[in-house]
Amino acid sequence: MHLRHSDVTPKETYLNRRRFLTAALASPFAARAETRLTGIVKSPFSTTETPTAYEAVTSYNNYYEFGTGKDEPVKLARNYHTSPWTVSLEGEVVKPKMLDLDEVMKLAPLEERIYRHRCVEGWSFVIPWVGFPLSALLKQVEPTSKAKYVAFQSYYDPKQMLSSRQAHIQFPYVEGLRLDEAMHPLTLLSVGVYGETLPPQNGAPFRLTVPWKYGFKSIKSIVKVRFVEKQPPTTWNMEWPEAYGFYCNVNPAVDHPTHSQATEVRLGVGRFGQKIKTQLFNGYGDQVASLYTVMDLRKNY
Amino acid sequence: MRKFWLSGWTKALVCLLCLVPFLNLSWRFYQNKLTANPIEFITHYTGDWTIRFLLITLAITPLRGILNQPQLIRFRRMLGLLAFFYACLHFTTWIGLDKQFDTREMWEDVIKRRFITAGMTGLLLMAPLAVTSTAGWVRRLGYRRWQLLHRLVYISALAGVIHYYWLVKSDIRLPAMYAGILAVQLLYRFGAGLISGRKSVPATRPLHPPADARG
Repeated sequence: MHLRHSDVTPKETYLNRRRFLTAALASPFAARAETRLTGIVKSPFSTTETPTAYEAVTSYNNYYEFGTGKDEPVKLARNYHTSPWTVSLEGEVVKPKMLDLDEVMKLAPLEERIYRHRCVEGWSFVIPWVGFPLSALLKQVEPTSKAKYVAFQSYYDPKQMLSSRQAHIQFPYVEGLRLDEAMHPLTLLSVGVYGETLPPQNGAPFRLTVPWKYGFKSIKSIVKVRFVEKQPPTTWNMEWPEAYGFYCNVNPAVDHPTHSQATEVRLGVGRFGQKIKTQLFNGYGDQVASLYTVMDLRKNY
Repeated sequence: MRKFWLSGWTKALVCLLCLVPFLNLSWRFYQNKLTANPIEFITHYTGDWTIRFLLITLAITPLRGILNQPQLIRFRRMLGLLAFFYACLHFTTWIGLDKQFDTREMWEDVIKRRFITAGMTGLLLMAPLAVTSTAGWVRRLGYRRWQLLHRLVYISALAGVIHYYWLVKSDIRLPAMYAGILAVQLLYRFGAGLISGRKSVPATRPLHPPADARG
């Protein structure tokens, strides 16, 4: 029998418990600001693997603007203001466009997509994202024939992100995808997790989720989407080009300088997590391998 | 003050204090509070404390001179052994939890990844020092030779700091801080060595045999 997360403790019960505890232990201002999302439909792209606990997904984060420790973003991003929010669609498009958060939320029906999330550091989660295909956002503008790539930029405000200076990487964080990768049905614009809006540490108000690539490609808190002709610069590639290429597809055969990528630890399983074999394209090869048929994955890591 | 340092109670207390990180780790394990990534947490935690104890051990000799408390030497061996203890925990975590006894994977790591090579070097250099830390070994080797051998601790600490520095992705604050402390200690020892080469400075010279040769 396959147990689902929803079989264990009813979602409402433990969320209420958490809310109660947060409210009781901290000041009322520190209570969770996430709100429930409605009208979510289940997606056939979801894995049947058991999702990692909400607690783990929202307290163990790489978000260098809010500190380099995994436990820092949940604390330091607590008062992060994500409203009002606008995202700009620009670059090689016939007519650039600005959208606010409300408009983005209404672009397409919300889907729950339970995806594997593989971090380049060698650990993985299973996350029930809520969102819609990124293509729904990209289709809001008409790209010119020159548009070959899409460049993304995170919000950056050093006043709110005081720890960012210690991270020693360039901000704002930038990422990029080839246009066909960006338009791929698996590429998600996530607006929530576990049926609620995204907590700040997970990239509120919306972020990319590209499940066949290492986690850092899935850029958080997007403010700019730019259609471009040339392969755009990406943050980790600029910091350490030997370790991080442009594509960053999950690939057990291509090592990172500090560790092998052959295996990963699925967190939240058992006491210490479970060591499993990493799959090419994080197990999404059936859907995405065709994007890379003429490409040497060892060279284009 | 001298009496305080020489008391067995003080030594027991210091030892217990040094085991607090280990007890805390055990408590967190028991409570299942090892973060979302327990292996990573234990690895970093034990690694951090290894470097810290190495640096504390290396601080003993300079502190004896600066504070004029030669009795502090009584704690040096214990602190060094605690550093080795945390290093062994760190190493065991890597073998058992991280690599899960996969010898091929471990060997590949050691030869292919420079930060593992550095860490392994640091650990291997500590092992003979731990073995020869007894008064019996000081006698067997003769103090000069024993002292020379135990200078390896500086190389070991350096390897540990490099191990850490090569591991971090971008935020080098902690490894840089440890490197800074080690540099100051090395400079101090070097400077003290130069001075004592010309005139005797008893306060910075280790007692022989160790004051607690009885164990």
